[in-house]
Amino acid sequence: MLEVKNLHASTGGKEILKGVNLTVRDGEIHAVMGLNGAGKSTLSNVIVGHPAFEVTQGSITWNGKDLLALKPEERAHEGIFLSFQQPIEIPGVSMVNFMRAALNAKRKYQGLDPMPAGDFLKLMREKRAIVELDSKLASRSVNEGFSGGEKKRNEIFQMAMLEPKLAILDETDSGLDVDALRIVAEGFNKLRTAETSAIVITHYQRLLDYLKPDVVHVLIDGRIVRTGGPELAAEIESRGFDWIIKGIKD
Amino acid sequence: MEATKQHIDFYGEVRDVLASRSCSEMNACREAALRTFSEQGFPSPKVERYRYAKVEADFSPNYGIALAPLGGKLPPYCFRLAEADPRVRVLYNNVADATDSIVALSTMLSVDTLVVHVPRGVKVEHPIQISNILKGEQDTMVCRRILVVMDELSEADIIITDRAASQSRFLTNQVVEVVMGNGSHLSLYDIEETHLLCTRYNSVFVRQGRDSSLHHTSLTLFNGHTRNRLDVLLQGEGSEVTLGGCVIADKMQHVDNNTLIDHAVPGCQSSELYKYVLDDSAVGAFAGRVLVREGAQKTSSNETNANLLATRSARMYTQPMLEIYADDVRCSHGSTVGQMDESALFYMRQRGIDEREARLLLKAAFITEVIETIPLESLRDRLHVLVDKRLRGELSKCEGCKLCG
Repeated sequence: MLEVKNLHASTGGKEILKGVNLTVRDGEIHAVMGLNGAGKSTLSNVIVGHPAFEVTQGSITWNGKDLLALKPEERAHEGIFLSFQQPIEIPGVSMVNFMRAALNAKRKYQGLDPMPAGDFLKLMREKRAIVELDSKLASRSVNEGFSGGEKKRNEIFQMAMLEPKLAILDETDSGLDVDALRIVAEGFNKLRTAETSAIVITHYQRLLDYLKPDVVHVLIDGRIVRTGGPELAAEIESRGFDWIIKGIKD
Repeated sequence: MEATKQHIDFYGEVRDVLASRSCSEMNACREAALRTFSEQGFPSPKVERYRYAKVEADFSPNYGIALAPLGGKLPPYCFRLAEADPRVRVLYNNVADATDSIVALSTMLSVDTLVVHVPRGVKVEHPIQISNILKGEQDTMVCRRILVVMDELSEADIIITDRAASQSRFLTNQVVEVVMGNGSHLSLYDIEETHLLCTRYNSVFVRQGRDSSLHHTSLTLFNGHTRNRLDVLLQGEGSEVTLGGCVIADKMQHVDNNTLIDHAVPGCQSSELYKYVLDDSAVGAFAGRVLVREGAQKTSSNETNANLLATRSARMYTQPMLEIYADDVRCSHGSTVGQMDESALFYMRQRGIDEREARLLLKAAFITEVIETIPLESLRDRLHVLVDKRLRGELSKCEGCKLCG
């Protein structure tokens, strides 16, 4: 269970999050919607420990542990995964070496020996199939020369490899065509277990049609101003955010 | 000045021993070299090609000198100068820049020359490896000469490795001369894996004939103070040269690469890529001059020096130079100095890779580009392993070397 309490965070001296409260129980999917600049990506970056963001107040616990006291890699080992809005290209580091390093680091954290090479390659093949990622892409450098859609599929592939307990999808639907969106969303659904929880950051209903969130939050100017069920996302799709913003002002 | 006088005196002391152990071709060059060296002394940083070196300081400590000629049985295509083909023997000291005082010092003090001679049309199947191993309890100066002669249409891979098997101070002054006949192909690798107390001056001079191709890769994996000079003269039309360079340095290591590619005739191609990864307080220098002479039309040349500085205290001096005296050429040159990509580091950490490992992967990835250009697959694989070990700090002794066991 993830518990975010009164979270304030800033970057470059500017306060972005101004008191966020959020509880995500095991197995739940939460959608976070909101206008550009509302703080959605800041929230995901703070949860995974991006060094450019400073938490000035509040707390985040993950299954009772103080998440803010952990390094980014430790948070990953604890089962938190971020699907990046803009996945990073790393020329010269092959996908195979990258995934092997990541997987074996997690195994080491769990007190396990590194995975034997044969098993590892078999796992790569299996998980690749789930998101229909070309074997050629898997043998290339991390995200180098991948199209926008391929990068997003590659994020879900990495998620499949690492089997997180909490997945944060930061605008995973942006830049995807209809078919790619379906592959990514169905891939995610196949990978879910009853315990997997997710925070889905999106502007659109499209992705949520596949992922079927339990709870929908609206984040405006660094605060969650409204929380509801899936019907809230549908309402935003048809009416936009204006009526919510107006409601706050009144 | 003190160091210059010291070396002149030193030569006086060992002149007779050298003369008795050496061959006539080498002895015949000594007095002229002494004159050159006496007139110029050690080059100061005011001399353009020694701007980034501290020659006087490097040569100041009081070293003994190794004066043993080459011994043992030499492998195929390898000879002592005295036993080489007369046609080859006359090339000694004719390719190197005899006006250079470091070369002159080598000519004064070298006792033997290893010749690699590949006859016309011969394709040497296995790489020829020349292992230089520095060993001894005393601080020692070593003057080495290598002469490579590739006759017409011959092909070979030559790997020269420099290692140190004991923790003494070593000063190496090596001069390598390479003559490539028309249509010959040579891959020449120069790999240094020594230690912090080693100083190395390595001067390589190449002359390429028509339609010849050279692939030269210089790797400084571990060292103390290193200065590599590499001059390539493209004097036959249609010749090609590819220069690759990898430097990994940390602590107080110093690596200076100084290259010259001289396009003297039309229709030649050159390509140069040197990459440095500098950590701690390491200092790197790269000065690469590409000269396209008048009339050298249809020249194609590109030169790149890219550097990754892992700390604020590491220093890099980079100086790509392009001089063109012809009007129908295609040339480019450039350099970059950058830091670790923080966004890539975070991406890796989010996937669970710890910061140290992430930094290491990024450094290895940076160097990979140069290693991937190496044509010899087995060496390429080996170097990936060596680079990884080096970055992990596991390169404490020579890999696979029986002497260091």
